[in-house]
Amino acid sequence: MAAGSTSLWDWDYAFSIIPDLLKALLTTIEITVLGSAVAFVLGLVIAVVRRARIPVVDQVLWALVEVIRSTPLLVQIFFLFFVLPRFGLTLSAFVVGVTALGVHYATYTSEVYRAGIDAVPKGQWEAATALSLPRSRVWTGVILPQAIPRVLPALGNYAISMFKEVPLLLAIGVVEVVNAGRELGSETFRFTEPYTIAGVLFLVLSYPASMLVRRLERRAAVR
Amino acid sequence: MITFDAVEKRFGDNVVLRELSFDVAPGEHVTLIGPSGSGKTTILRLLMTLEKVNSGTISVAGRYLSHMVKGDKLVPSDEKYCREVRMRIGMVFQQFNLFPNMTVRGNLIEAPTRVLGLSKDEANARAQDLLDLVGLGEKIDAHPTQLSGGQQQRVAIARALAMRPDVLLLDEVTSALDPELVAGVLKLLRDIGESTDITILCVTHEMGFARDFSDRVMMFDGGRVIEDAPPEKIFSDPDHRRTQDFLQAVLNH
Repeated sequence: MAAGSTSLWDWDYAFSIIPDLLKALLTTIEITVLGSAVAFVLGLVIAVVRRARIPVVDQVLWALVEVIRSTPLLVQIFFLFFVLPRFGLTLSAFVVGVTALGVHYATYTSEVYRAGIDAVPKGQWEAATALSLPRSRVWTGVILPQAIPRVLPALGNYAISMFKEVPLLLAIGVVEVVNAGRELGSETFRFTEPYTIAGVLFLVLSYPASMLVRRLERRAAVR
Repeated sequence: MITFDAVEKRFGDNVVLRELSFDVAPGEHVTLIGPSGSGKTTILRLLMTLEKVNSGTISVAGRYLSHMVKGDKLVPSDEKYCREVRMRIGMVFQQFNLFPNMTVRGNLIEAPTRVLGLSKDEANARAQDLLDLVGLGEKIDAHPTQLSGGQQQRVAIARALAMRPDVLLLDEVTSALDPELVAGVLKLLRDIGESTDITILCVTHEMGFARDFSDRVMMFDGGRVIEDAPPEKIFSDPDHRRTQDFLQAVLNH
């Protein structure tokens, strides 16, 4: 291996580390997909429950959302990983990553859903009431099918944004792309290739994803 | 069929209905007229439980709507009770309010299957019959957005009828339509009025329709009924000065 090379960029070395970085990328994608699933589902639940304006429940949710939004994601990650075990709940770094990212982003997606739900005309609620549809069916049959397509682009943007925040999890030892690059670099003292490739990997996935979301946005605007 | 007893409705400081009492007999067609803001639409919305009364009671077919009997006391009705009584009432809105995420068929079978428990086949047959009745039989698989305003309103009427209501509320159902589409919808309503025994409460600015459709016309002003009489009387020889002025203004526009 060309570990001792002094050139700025060593192609042989660069190619040799790609398999490791791709493996780490897979972890990053896994965390993003699972974290997004948590954020999409939990955000929806928060939005729907908050709309019912149940006393106490509403205040508790409001406070929770505000606390999560007003503190750094890294603090939340550390809290779940280092503080919760002191209360008897020990989670793996992977699970902490999915949970922290999922819950953090749920506070944002809940706002997205709220806006989408508010955009459904009042007449739709009234027509559903006039037909005596049960509350649950009003949501699943009338309101959400109209609200969710409108918010898909915004949800997509949050998923992309979450993907790029996964490297924060290196702080608790998750071997995602940047952490894998750091480990490779510290073995060989070559950091240019691992970090550059890590950056390129993010770019190669994020950029087309953003393009896709933009197309979705345009399509939603046309309708 | 419908009884309002000393109903009061306020929005903040604004009293929309004061001490309002009236009855509507089964099968009767009653039209509510009056200047905008006089509380006509609020009456329909109270009946549909889209608004809650501040005081007084409303009952439909002998059962309280706004309240329920608990022990020997009258308490504000809960969601479940409300739904039960409300199932006998249908409403057609000014803005149609069809569900755009469903086809015409979906709009028509949604409540009959989910609320009345009809099978898909029964609900489909009922939907087809009603669409034939409103002249849109071939549009059953269309989407609401593909229909004209007049067609959407016909579908909305069919959707309300699919629940076989005892009471039908018509809230300015032709106000949002292009002028050339109004006559067709009004004719449909006349046909329905003649061929069924549904009790119909109607808010409209179409005085010609009010005249030949209604058994009774109630003139509202400032949250009160100031005149309540058969259409022949109200339209040709109103007692009240406000009624005369209102009709003059509406008929001469």
